[in-house]
Order: sequence, then C-alpha cells, then structure tokens
Amino acid sequence: MTGSDDFSFEINGDQLALQGALTLAHLDSLSNRLQTLSTVKVIDLSNLHRMDTAGAWLVHKLAQNNNAEVKGTNSAVAHILDQISHYDRPLAPEPKHVSPLIYTLTGVGKNTVHVWYTIVGLVNFFGALLVSIWHTICHPSRLRLTAIICQMETVGVNALAIVGLMSILVGVVIAQQGAVQLRQFGAEIYSINLVGRLSFRELGVLMTAIMVAGRSGSAFAAQIGSMNLAEEIDAMRIIGVSPMESLVLPRFLASIIMMPLLGFYATIAAVIGGGLLCWTVLDIPPTTFFTRLREVIPYTDVAVGLVKAPIFGALIAIAGCFQGTQVKGNAEQLGYCTTKAVVHSIFLVIVLDAFFAVFFSEIGWV
Amino acid sequence: MSDSDIIQIRGLKNSFGSQVVHDGVDLDVKRGEILGLVGGSGTGKSVLLRSIIGLQQPVAGSIKVLGHEMIGKDPLTMRMVSRHWGVLFQESALFSTLNITENVKVPLREYYPELGDSLLDQIAGYKIAMTDLPEDVGIKFNSELSGGMRKRAGLARALALDPDLLFLDEPTSGLDPVSADAIDALILGLRKMLGLTVFMITHDLDSLYNICDRVAVLADKKVLAVDTVENLTKLDHPWIKRYFNGPRGRAAAESFEARKTGA
Ligand SMILES: Nc1ncnc2c1ncn2[C@@H]1O[C@H](COP(=O)(O)OP(=O)(O)OP(=O)(O)O)[C@@H](O)[C@H]1O
Ligand SMILES: [Mg+2]
Repeated sequence: MTGSDDFSFEINGDQLALQGALTLAHLDSLSNRLQTLSTVKVIDLSNLHRMDTAGAWLVHKLAQNNNAEVKGTNSAVAHILDQISHYDRPLAPEPKHVSPLIYTLTGVGKNTVHVWYTIVGLVNFFGALLVSIWHTICHPSRLRLTAIICQMETVGVNALAIVGLMSILVGVVIAQQGAVQLRQFGAEIYSINLVGRLSFRELGVLMTAIMVAGRSGSAFAAQIGSMNLAEEIDAMRIIGVSPMESLVLPRFLASIIMMPLLGFYATIAAVIGGGLLCWTVLDIPPTTFFTRLREVIPYTDVAVGLVKAPIFGALIAIAGCFQGTQVKGNAEQLGYCTTKAVVHSIFLVIVLDAFFAVFFSEIGWV
Repeated sequence: MSDSDIIQIRGLKNSFGSQVVHDGVDLDVKRGEILGLVGGSGTGKSVLLRSIIGLQQPVAGSIKVLGHEMIGKDPLTMRMVSRHWGVLFQESALFSTLNITENVKVPLREYYPELGDSLLDQIAGYKIAMTDLPEDVGIKFNSELSGGMRKRAGLARALALDPDLLFLDEPTSGLDPVSADAIDALILGLRKMLGLTVFMITHDLDSLYNICDRVAVLADKKVLAVDTVENLTKLDHPWIKRYFNGPRGRAAAESFEARKTGA
C-alpha cells in the first residue's frame, strides 16, 4: 500500500511547504500544529505527490481560514482540492449546552412525566388486552391454541429443571436455618412446620414468580420489542392481524396457566428438599416428616399459594409485553425496556405478595 | 496473482446446510476498476460479498484481497486489510445508538484516534455532504431517516477512511433517479480523485451502463462471464439475454447511447 509514504512539512516565514503524501495516517502531524500555522499565507504543494480527501480538506480549511494562496498543485491534487471545496458547508448545529442544574431539573421533570405516561400506557394496554379477551370469548375460533401451547412450553415446561433445582435448595436452606434456631428450644421438629407452611404459603410461588419474571418476562419484552423495531408489528396491524391477539394474549394465557402449575411443583420440590435435610441431618424419617406435614398444613395454605400464582403470572406477562411495545428506535432501548420489564414485574410481584399476606391473615386464613 | 488484481477468488464454494449457493466461483477484480456484479435475486450476490470481506466462512476455495488470503486469516491481518476498505451493506447496517455523524466517525476513531474531535466532526461533515445528504442529518439517528437516506448515510460511513477498495451492496436501490445519478457521479468522481477500486452489486441497469468498467454475471452458482456490458449483451445465455434485452435493459441501453452521442 502507499500508506507507508512519508509526509513532512516546512515552515519558512509565511510559506508552508508540504512534501510526500498527505493522507489520514499523517494528518495529525499537521492538524496538531494548526495554531502555529495561523500566519501562513502561501501553501506550497509542489512536492506533494499524493493526497486523500481528508488531507485535501485540511489544506482547504487552512487556506480558507488564513486567506492563503495555494500554489504548485499538480493536476491530480488540484482536482481533489477543487472537488472537496464543493462539499464545504456549515456543520449541523450542535445541541445547545445547558447548565448541570437545568439539566438535572429537566431530567427530573421528564422522568416524572414519563412515569405518568407509563401508568397511563399500562392502563391503556390492560384495557386493550381485556377488549381482545372479550373478542376472543365472542369468537372462540380466533383463539390461537398453537401459540398458547408453544408459549406454555417455553414458560413452563422448559423452566421445570431450573425451578425444581432452585426450590429444592430453598427448602434445604429453610429447614437447615430453622433447625439451627429451633434447636435452642429443643423444638427441632418444628422445622417441619416451618418448611411446609412457608413453602406452601409464600416461597414456592414467590420464588417461581421471580424466576418466571427473569426467564419469560424478559423474553416477552425482547421478542415483542425487536419485532417492534423491525416494523413487524406495523406489518401485522395493516394486514389485519391484531398484535394483541396473536402476540400478547397467548403469552398472557400461557403465563396464567403455567404459573400455578409451576408454583405447585416448586412448592413440592421445596418440601422434598426440606424433607431430605430433615432426614439426613436431623434424623427425622420421611414417614414422620410427611405425617406431621399433613397435620400442620391446613388446606387454606395450599389455596393461598394457588390463588396468588395466576395473578403473578398475569402481572409478569403484562409487564413484559407492555415494555416490549414501548421499544422505540434503537437497540439500546430494547435492552433498557427488557430490564425494566424484569424490574417492574419482580417489584409488582413482591408488592402484591405483601398485600396478599395481610389480606389472607385478615380473612382468617392463618 | 498479477499485481493489478486487488481481489482474486478461486474455486469458491459456499453452502447453507444442503443448499449450495456457490460452486466454483472464479473472479478477479483489477486495481482501479469499477466492477458490477449482477445476478437474479437470491443467486448469492450478497453472500459472495460477505465471503470476500470475511463474514461468511466458505466451504472451499481461496479468496485474496490486497494480496492477503481471507480464509482462515488472523485478526491482525483482518485489521490491516479492513483499514483499506469500506463496505456499504444492503440494509446499511448503521449503528442505531449513534447519530449519523458519530456513525461516520466510528471507523476514523478506530484507526486514527490521534485526530482531534473537531477535525473528525469536519471530516464526517464533508463525507455526509459528499453523499448529498442535507446537513441536519448529522444529528439524526438511523430510525429517523428514510430508506434512501440510510443508504447514503451508510455510504458516507463506508467512505470514512478514504478506502482503496469500496464494496457496495445495491447502493442505488431505493433512491430516486436524481439521487441515484448523484451516487453514480460520486463513485466516478471518487475513482478519478483517489483511484479507488469498486466492487458493486447492483440491479440498476443505468449504473451498469454508465459507471461500470466490467460486469460479472452470477448465475448457475458460478460467475458465468465478466466483460463490458456491450459484450455481455451479445452473449448467448438465456438469463443474460433476458436481463439485458428485456424492456428495461433496452431502455437503459438506449439512454446510454443517447448520452454518449449527446456528449
Ligand atoms: N444466513 C443464511 N442462512 C441460510 N441461507 C442463507 C443465508 N443467507 C443467505 N442465504 C441464502 O443464500 C441465497 C443467496 O442469498 P443472497 O442474500 O446472497 O442473495 P442476493 O443475490 O444478494 O439477492 P438480492 O438481490 O435479493 O439481494 C438465498 O437463497 C438465501 O436464501
Ligand atoms: Mg443481496
């Protein structure tokens, strides 16, 4: 390549003489000296045998700013210089600089407005979802069974391994920590109550919801978001396919159906984990463990878990799909909205769980 | 390999699973020429381009670019070679999180970090001007541009490094005839200024007639012929005949003749 050509320049009074090849690779030696070159009145190019457009630009700018005369150009160099001058025009205006205070205040204001719009958008989205559910009830043939079953597989079946493992470990931890504390009162046997009731009422479903939010809520947002970026959603709309019915509803229904199943499965796994620990560490045989479990767990505990699960599922699906529809413009937005989907759904799940805890105690399901 | 060949492809074979896209492609691109590549939709023009620039791993064959073997090259060679080329992708492939000025500055920053920011801004500015885009496009993002504007912004980024070798995947598709002519003129002008070599995929018959020195025809998984358009039209191959002697082909030929005699 000719990029290895050397470049040098000489300043002689108000004369600047360039030698060699003025290309991007050598531009810095000249551009760094622009201050000292402000007195140059003549630019001599007679020893310059090559120049690319960037070099030509620099010479053009220098000549323009100094009102300098360019001389000694051979025809090729002259041609580039002439061409490049056609492309000289004012740069696009930079966004105005604002003071940090104003910037922060504007940021707070924008975010507040944004939160408000998000809430309105979410209500809007929920409304549209209800409408499409109603449409589907009126025309049951419009229900996309294949899509629902496909989503049930990804949301539920594919999560079995990880949810199971997680729950067994949670069960082990509760039993172990419970046993350590209860041993001080000689009441180790009560770790069975602890494992059973905590798993059925709270942890089975809650941990599952967090896992599903991380696995599927994010996937919903990313799938719908990237379809949004590629104008696929617009294409669906104008073809007459409702994105609500074909994308959101299957995910929503699949989550509602799979969450109780997964939650119950996780509960059983946690209880088994607890049972294993009791058996191996506390020497409580499985038969004793399960007999006691049946004595201390009221049916309402099972109900508490199973009532919450579909609601959590609905929340996760709505938060995920809604954030997917909010993606606009670029890849960064996609990541941002996917993160928000997970954060919002976990947050909402925990808030709602706290509410349910109080609610069920108040109605006497203790 | 003769010194004048900037790209040399021998016995190239590409396939996706059981679908063979290329089987025995041979092609030379000479230094300083504008080579057009034509072929039906889906015949593998973009795949050929991707294998030349090293994005697609061929099954067999050899590809030399600027004297470097591109198959099984190490990252260092790749970096050395890619400093000398510019690529316009079919879908432009602008970085969506950067505005257009920043997009054009990406290759400059990568290879010439010593240049000051204001100089880079100026360079990006005239590159954008070269491709005939209005100046306020610089601060816009990919998602805020029209299809044709994206094409031109992609071209501005491809030109950022003043490359010796320019790869263009359908530079004029989606452009109005005036802008398409302007792009053709720009490519010709750049070649005259910098002596660059252009490898151009195009369906634009006017570009083929007006700016391409030679045209390669990709069909039947091979490069069937490489020649000037005038000579190609005389060849006896059903697809080539239909391509150049259909109504559009004849119209382009006539307007080319008219321009030549007019000038
Ligand atoms: N990533 C891929 N995986 C599988 N097949 C592919 C892939 N990319 C391309 N193909 C196949 O290779 C063939 C050639 O595709 P290519 O994009 O090169 O076509 P083209 O000649 O550029 O067409 P057009 O003029 O429409 O752009 C097509 O049949 C396409 O289906
Ligand atoms: Mg293509």
